[in-house]
Amino acid sequence: MYDKETIGKLKAAKAVWQERVDKIPAGKSSKSYSDRATTSGIDVGLVYTPEDVADMDYMRDLGLPGEYPYTRGYQATMYRGRLWTMRQYAGFATVEESNKRYKYLLSQGQTGLSIAFDLPTQLGLDADHPLAEGEVGKVGVSVSSLADLEVLFDGIPLDQVSTSMTINAPAAVLLAMYIALARRRGISPDKLDGTIQNDILKEYSSRGTYIYPPAPSMRITNDIFAYCSQEVPNWNTISISGYHMREAGCTAVQEVAFTLADGIAYVDAAIKAGLDVDSFAARLSFFFNAHNNLLEEVAKFRAARRMWAHIMKERFHAQNPKSMMLRFHTQTAGCTLTSQQPDNNIVRVTLQALAAVLGGTQSLHTNSRDEALSLPTEDSVRIALRTQQIIGFESGVTDTVDPLAGSFYIEAMTNRIEEEAWKYITKIDELGGAVKAIENGFIQQEIQKASYQYQLEIESGKRVIVGVNRFQVDEKPARNLMRIDSALYEKRRGELAAMKAGRDGAKVQAALTQLKQTAEGTANLMPAIIEAVDAYATLGEVCDVLRSVFGEYESDASF
Amino acid sequence: MEHKIRVLVAKPGLDGHDRGAKVLARAFMEAGMEVIYTGIRRTPEQIAEVARQEDVDVVALSCLSGAHNTLFPKVVDLLREKGMGDVLVVGGGVIPDEDVPFLKAHGIEEVFGPGTPLATSVDYIRTHVSREA
Repeated sequence: MYDKETIGKLKAAKAVWQERVDKIPAGKSSKSYSDRATTSGIDVGLVYTPEDVADMDYMRDLGLPGEYPYTRGYQATMYRGRLWTMRQYAGFATVEESNKRYKYLLSQGQTGLSIAFDLPTQLGLDADHPLAEGEVGKVGVSVSSLADLEVLFDGIPLDQVSTSMTINAPAAVLLAMYIALARRRGISPDKLDGTIQNDILKEYSSRGTYIYPPAPSMRITNDIFAYCSQEVPNWNTISISGYHMREAGCTAVQEVAFTLADGIAYVDAAIKAGLDVDSFAARLSFFFNAHNNLLEEVAKFRAARRMWAHIMKERFHAQNPKSMMLRFHTQTAGCTLTSQQPDNNIVRVTLQALAAVLGGTQSLHTNSRDEALSLPTEDSVRIALRTQQIIGFESGVTDTVDPLAGSFYIEAMTNRIEEEAWKYITKIDELGGAVKAIENGFIQQEIQKASYQYQLEIESGKRVIVGVNRFQVDEKPARNLMRIDSALYEKRRGELAAMKAGRDGAKVQAALTQLKQTAEGTANLMPAIIEAVDAYATLGEVCDVLRSVFGEYESDASF
Repeated sequence: MEHKIRVLVAKPGLDGHDRGAKVLARAFMEAGMEVIYTGIRRTPEQIAEVARQEDVDVVALSCLSGAHNTLFPKVVDLLREKGMGDVLVVGGGVIPDEDVPFLKAHGIEEVFGPGTPLATSVDYIRTHVSREA
């Protein structure tokens, strides 16, 4: 970016300057001038200059917005064209209550839905399963059949909203229900817009809601890719997620590396299954965390975008530019929320959301201040949504594309994160890819090491968490938290029994038998699953059939 | 020989968030305790059975799904049924303060919320477990 003469002069000047700096006492701050590092352990210099980006080639490394390698954003106009989708992850208790919350959020200016399912649903268990006791409706809404989905989306036009569903192991079943519901309302599936998370690899490495072993899970994923490319072309068939690995304690570098390594594994598997890369790759989407270190996070998003472009073009020889574009959702880091002085979380979330926006996110969830202790109240959710609106409409950061580009620090950090992340990807390639690296525990161990290290830094006071290890106050216990009634389990048992009594049992059995045969063979599972859920086979019944054919995954318990 | 405190770190319920459980397991280990971790998604029955087989002094429960009021007391009841009423049971996770009295009334001796220093949990166990070798 700069000629040799300029860099030479700068080097000379900096050497003199450095001598002067070295004489300044480090002061009483706990960190000296020479001892700063990001959460990824990358040393941060006192100042960045053209010397730090001397090797950068603008057109090769950054390019223009909407152009390869998309470092500056995947669209030419970015937020000038349209703001990111403000998408608050929500869902709790019953389908009726969640439906009300969705309508409220839409009425408050939210532009997309994001469905949180409870854990039984996420594990393919019906609400009346013994393991569901105490869990029904707790971390999301309980959905066991198409009958539930009908109520959940009552009065919500499926052809006018985009719906994101955080569902992984049973993603095919929930997508099938959504398609069946649309058809019943006379909406063609090609008019549907939304996302299923459908990222099973990070379930094994960090999130925990896996059901089947990796091989059949990857088959289901491929079947979804193939089916949607024909029938539901606007659907994001997967949201390859670094979010949960970051929540589990990995660093920013690891988040980029492990997420893209998972992405490589999905693309590899789909190509091996006979799909053409450009037939599905444009529908791959990503999901990242926005953590505390604002500038490291901005650099992280930019590095990830550039790396994916290279991976798709050079490694997988994609031809369609859309296959090379990393589009992503961001959620602010839940693990940074504190139960101490919870209003401080509003400020944390603001900074994290700002990082996501400066990093060019396509959609964003902002956490609520009370989520270290419970699901958020409506007041808290409104503040979280308003935070996005203030950034979007008042702060001015959306007026120009990728406004931090060209900052010596941001560009140097973007390069550095990329460099470190490639090292991990190379290592994972050597281990045989992400599936192998998860099966042999490499990725889990890396996450655990980083998470323990982070905790030790908090313990020692090296890492300051305001209100937790510094600036504490005596506090009264939090009040007015959101509560979910544990009697819900009994209510749901009754509802399910009534639904089952009213359906055509023979039709359900026939559809489940057909599904079993399909699972035992190699044909695409989606049509058989749609058939079954359309006959009101439950989520648990469908997943039980697949369990009987595919088996169940058991992880080890190392720490 | 000094008896090493044996701790079972356990994840009852369906949530897969075990960052905290694993960090604590490691902290207990580095504090010189013998630690067994159950892995995620264990039933109260499975946890009580492992506690019996491993003859532990402490069961440290972690739950982030909100199902603690249902699951923690069940573990305590099952331990008592197995004649292990003297085992120290503690809990942690996303647990609102207002649930703590309920849990304590049901045999969970102490509840550690988000942000608790590792040393607090380690010290608590050290001072509350006293067993002859």
